[in-house]
Amino acid sequence: MDKFVTLTAVAAPIDMDNVDNDQVIPARLMRKPRGDGGYGRYLFHDLRFNADGGEKPDFVLNRPAYRGAKIIVASHNYACGSSRIGAVYAHYDFGIRAVIATSFGDVFFNNCFKNGILPVRLPAAVTAELRRQLRARPGATLTVDLERQTVTDTAGARHEFSVDSFARRCLLGGLSDIALTLEREKEILAFEERHRRSFSWLPLQR
Amino acid sequence: MSAPLTLFEKIWKSHTIVEDEGGQTLLYIDWLLCSEGSSHAFEMVRRQGVKVRRPQQVFGVADHYAASGGPRMEDVVDEERRNMIRVLERNTGEAGIRLFGLGDPYRGIQHLLGPEQGLTQPGVIILCGDSHTSTQGAVGALAFGIGGELAHALATQTIWQRKPKKMRVRVEGRRPRGVSAKDVILAIIARLGHGGALQHAIEYDGAAIRGMSVEERMTVCNMSVEAGARLGIIGPDEKTFEYMRNRPYGPKDGAELDTAVAYWKTLATDPGAAFDKEEVIDAARLSPMVTWGNSPENAVPIDGIVPDPAHEADEQKRAAMERSLEYMDLRPGTRMRDIRIDQVFIGSCTNSRIEDLRAAAAVVRGRRAVVPGLVVPGSTQVKLRAEAEGLDRIFRDAGFRWGEAGCSMCVGMNGDNVPEGKRCASTSNRNFRGRQGRGSRTHLVGPEMAAAAALTGRLTDIRDLAVEG
Ligand code: SF4
Repeated sequence: MDKFVTLTAVAAPIDMDNVDNDQVIPARLMRKPRGDGGYGRYLFHDLRFNADGGEKPDFVLNRPAYRGAKIIVASHNYACGSSRIGAVYAHYDFGIRAVIATSFGDVFFNNCFKNGILPVRLPAAVTAELRRQLRARPGATLTVDLERQTVTDTAGARHEFSVDSFARRCLLGGLSDIALTLEREKEILAFEERHRRSFSWLPLQR
Repeated sequence: MSAPLTLFEKIWKSHTIVEDEGGQTLLYIDWLLCSEGSSHAFEMVRRQGVKVRRPQQVFGVADHYAASGGPRMEDVVDEERRNMIRVLERNTGEAGIRLFGLGDPYRGIQHLLGPEQGLTQPGVIILCGDSHTSTQGAVGALAFGIGGELAHALATQTIWQRKPKKMRVRVEGRRPRGVSAKDVILAIIARLGHGGALQHAIEYDGAAIRGMSVEERMTVCNMSVEAGARLGIIGPDEKTFEYMRNRPYGPKDGAELDTAVAYWKTLATDPGAAFDKEEVIDAARLSPMVTWGNSPENAVPIDGIVPDPAHEADEQKRAAMERSLEYMDLRPGTRMRDIRIDQVFIGSCTNSRIEDLRAAAAVVRGRRAVVPGLVVPGSTQVKLRAEAEGLDRIFRDAGFRWGEAGCSMCVGMNGDNVPEGKRCASTSNRNFRGRQGRGSRTHLVGPEMAAAAALTGRLTDIRDLAVEG
């Protein structure tokens, strides 16, 4: 997994509340293999493209200044709805490495950490201000620093965010959560033994 | 005496392996279900060079891409989709995981299979990749969707979780005639809002919940996630214990069941246990509900009207309403009952159990649908039961199509789509843009209301239709 320490990159504002995962990546595209080119072209597919495949020029990620965005600044309840891992892949394969929002769909939020994307929660007033700045100066960059846990806006102001220490450790070190958990093999085995005794009627694997 | 605990906390505690310093808990997973979307997770497990830790505690389910047109691989609509199912067959086969595949007598939607098989029991933790795992909390299990954490779950049979906050929704009083469990949960979501339960686990209680059958409770728990909740759960009671009897993976009748029931009785939320948030809803004041927009929170009583964004003070919400109305091609002030529909879908993990099909069949019995309708039982067991009761004939005689078990038009992945610009009265759980197919317009309703809409060709108040017993 990629490490995430600090990132300075173009950020794209997305103003809508409740952007659901059917908009992030339509369900019908979830059966595409992730292989060559990956899921990047599916990110916001139906908002970015017309039925005939042509780009919708107004959509933020189609505008020249935001094409290379690695950061998205959104609003309330971003990437909610269907829990689809493809929503994270679509962001990642497009090149997005950090998403800043007031709140997130739970599953998306957790999946980001495991796939090399840093999700950052900031208060509504801050995300609104960031989006305002980004609209005023298309193509401007933000800095997201996971070590210091700050976002630096286009005016140089720093906004602190909090992040779960386990998830932070995984991202900073580029470590897989599976490997970290399996270091606890002994504890898991001991638990399983006790658990099988207390739930004797469950046909759990021996 | 230890501090009073909620049902949720008791299950959480009994499955805690490690309480980590970072505020995350390592929980043990009793059962894990995975459907076609699991291919990425299996791939990740392989790439990390590890194995599925407890294959006998994992089950594969072919539900999203399974064709409603027939039981075989050839019935699946195209090569791309057949491939999704083949990959699931290969992944489960290689790992030694039991697959409820296409031709299986227990084929069906994962959230029906869990309880039907008796895997989902009071007090266990059962997880699936899919968000509507919350359905299964209806029997008093901790059940939630894990999406991208599936690889970790397969490899370790555990999951790191931050403890959600606790919310209780008490539905008191009695439901009036015509108000289904679906209407109750739509009303709850309308009240809480789309993000109103974010980062919470909801426990449902109150007289109206107690009065529901276990299957109705599943409908309620199913849509918990539409209010943003991590999961929904309902304390097990006599109805639950009865429901659990004689299930393939459940406790055997006799001493084993007695031991289990004795334990299940200890699970109820202790008197005085604290919740972070409480809501009380009076069931007696509820009406049959229907949605007008692209979020399940956009639910109004069927005798209501399409709301006017001009009356919404919040700018963001107003903009969202305007976008929804444009997408749904609706004008503020339109009476919901005047909205014409093009087709009807009865199915999905929200409303495809035998009681749902019986309720819908009672509405259509001896009548004719005036728009195309599709009925898809949630599991093959439900389908067989319905056929034994003659429900398929009732639907077919009324002009409905009768399909093989699966997710079908809930999400349109198996080829059952709502065409662009068409309007569907659907018993599923999401009315998002494009959910049932590109450009599809979805109105969420309960099974009786869906049946009624098929008969009249518009959204219809079930209370206006005389239903033969
Ligand atoms: S029926 Fe719909 S909501 Fe339920 S599991 Fe299938 S796709 Fe998901």
